[in-house]
Parts: sequence; structure tokens; C-alpha cells
Amino acid sequence: MYKIAAIGDKDSIYGFASVGMDIYPVDDGSNAARQLRNLAEGGYAVIYITEALYAQLGQEVDRYRELPLPAIIPIPGAVGNTGVGIAQVKKSVVQAVGSDIIFDDK
Amino acid sequence: MAKKQVNPTRMELTRLKRKLVTATRGHKLLKDKRDELMRQFLELVRQNRTLREKVEAGLSASAKNFALARASMPAPMLDTALLAPGQKIELEAGERNVMSVRVPQFTYQTRSADENNMYSYGLSFTTADLDDAVKSLADVLPDLLQLAEIEKGCQLMAAEIEKTRRRVNALEHVMIPEMQENIKYITMKLDENERSTQIRLMKVKDMMLEKTYHYSERHLHPDIKEEQQV
Repeated sequence: MYKIAAIGDKDSIYGFASVGMDIYPVDDGSNAARQLRNLAEGGYAVIYITEALYAQLGQEVDRYRELPLPAIIPIPGAVGNTGVGIAQVKKSVVQAVGSDIIFDDK
Repeated sequence: MAKKQVNPTRMELTRLKRKLVTATRGHKLLKDKRDELMRQFLELVRQNRTLREKVEAGLSASAKNFALARASMPAPMLDTALLAPGQKIELEAGERNVMSVRVPQFTYQTRSADENNMYSYGLSFTTADLDDAVKSLADVLPDLLQLAEIEKGCQLMAAEIEKTRRRVNALEHVMIPEMQENIKYITMKLDENERSTQIRLMKVKDMMLEKTYHYSERHLHPDIKEEQQV
């Protein structure tokens, strides 16, 4: 049985508690990295993380890219959509195909 | 010229030929795997894109609702309302095998099956904005979980495609040409050896005949001149 977590600044994620996720409010990148490592080893299958923090983590997140679990998914925070999430999908396309063939119409 | 030093022996040749057959077969299979993975990946990534756009729109809307709720009631009261969540998600992670890539598949169960039972607070001290906010987030939840599943699948497949592509290229451009070259080198070397052996034998035969019949001396002898001309 796995759990779901949300990491981010408090304003962005406090709502997720109401639908049954575990929330971990963090403000800066280094704390987020530590928290992420703890959660990844702590039985969480899905970790949602706000785009602002996701952008700061970089390599820390890439370590989990090729592992089957956990899935680390960037979500827009309270400050709005910064496009990190869709850039992540783009990155997958570039990795697989060699060039971006899905999103270049945008 | 062969890049690696190979022994020009028949045994090595047989070994290389067998290896080439395996490599060619492996190359074909890997190429098929890559093509099929790519097809499924592109399908999944399109799904990923539309779903992500949908989820991001949903989350932005719910963030707005939460901001509204926060504005319309005192912060401590809001915190209290959400302090003890009534809902709990239990996530089951299975696996789906896509061309030997293990893609996770999530199924989830909420503690209370009733959709209207997701509010963890009494309705008397909270505003309707909070209800709206919680409702809007709960509505996005199924998509949010599906997004996690699909996006993880995309990442895993992208990694596998990259690996497979490298293997295919290594076989196609390095291993197979190298083996073909080595085979050619050994075949030529063996043929050359065979020819040289043949020539040596012919030479030895000539020498032996010469020793027995003394052709060169007869050639100088006038008596057998006619005989030789015949």
C-alpha cells in the first residue's frame, strides 16, 4: 500500500490535505531535496512537487527518473503556471526521439 | 584492415560467422523493439500533454478557489478546518509490461466512497468558498493520479528507447561491420595460405620429377630432341 505526498510552499499545497494526501510544506530547495529523499524511501509512490521547487531540485529529481517508483510530478503552485511541467514532458520526447517533434508547433 | 587482431584460423572463422548471425538477428529484434516502443511512446506522450494541460488548468482554478476561501475566513479557522482530513487515499501500484518496460499502474481507493463525505469540517464555521475549493480539487484528483501514471510511464519509456537506440546503433555501425571485416580478412588469409600451399606442392612435385627423370639434362641431349618436340 503506497501513499501520496505533496511538497511545496504552504499556500500552494495545504488544500491537498483535504483530498487525503500527505503534505510537507517546505520553502527552500535544500530542505525540499532532503524531504524528497526521505519520502522517496518512505513508501510514497507519487510525489507532487510545486514547479518552483522542482526547478530548484534539478539533479535530485533526475535520479528518480529511471526508477519505476516514485513518480515525481511537477504541479503549478499558487504563483501560477511556470511551464516547468510541460518542459518535463518535452525532455522525455527529446530523450527518446532525439528532437522535439510533439511540441514544436507551440 | 581489421581493427582488432584476429587469428586467421578456421575455428575463429566459424566462431565469428556464428556471432555475426546472432548479431544480425539481435539487431533486427532490437530495431523492431525500438520502433514499437517509439509508436507507443508517441501515443502516450500525446495523452500526457493533453492531460497535463487539463490538470494544470484544473489546479489553477482550484488554487484560485483556495485563495478565495483563505480571503473569506480567518486563517486559524481555515487551518483548523483542514487539520484533520476526513479523506485518505490508499494507492495500489501495479505494473504493466510494455515491450519489457515496466510501467507503473496506479489504482486508488478513498477511505470514504461517498463523494459528498469529503469535507473534514463542520459546515457551520466555514464559508461556502472552502467547500467549492475542496470540491474543485477533489474533481481534479482522478486526472492528477492518471497524470502521475502516464508521466512516469513516459519517462521510463523514454529512457528505454534511448538505451535501445544506442544498442541498435552500436550493432549496426560498429559490431556488425567489424565482424564482417574480420570474416573477410580471415577468409582471404585462409585462401592465400591455401594457394601458397598449392604452389609449394607443385614446386616440390617438379623438383621430385626433376630428380627422377632429369628433364633439364635431356633437354640438352640431342637424341631426345624429337621426343621432346612431340
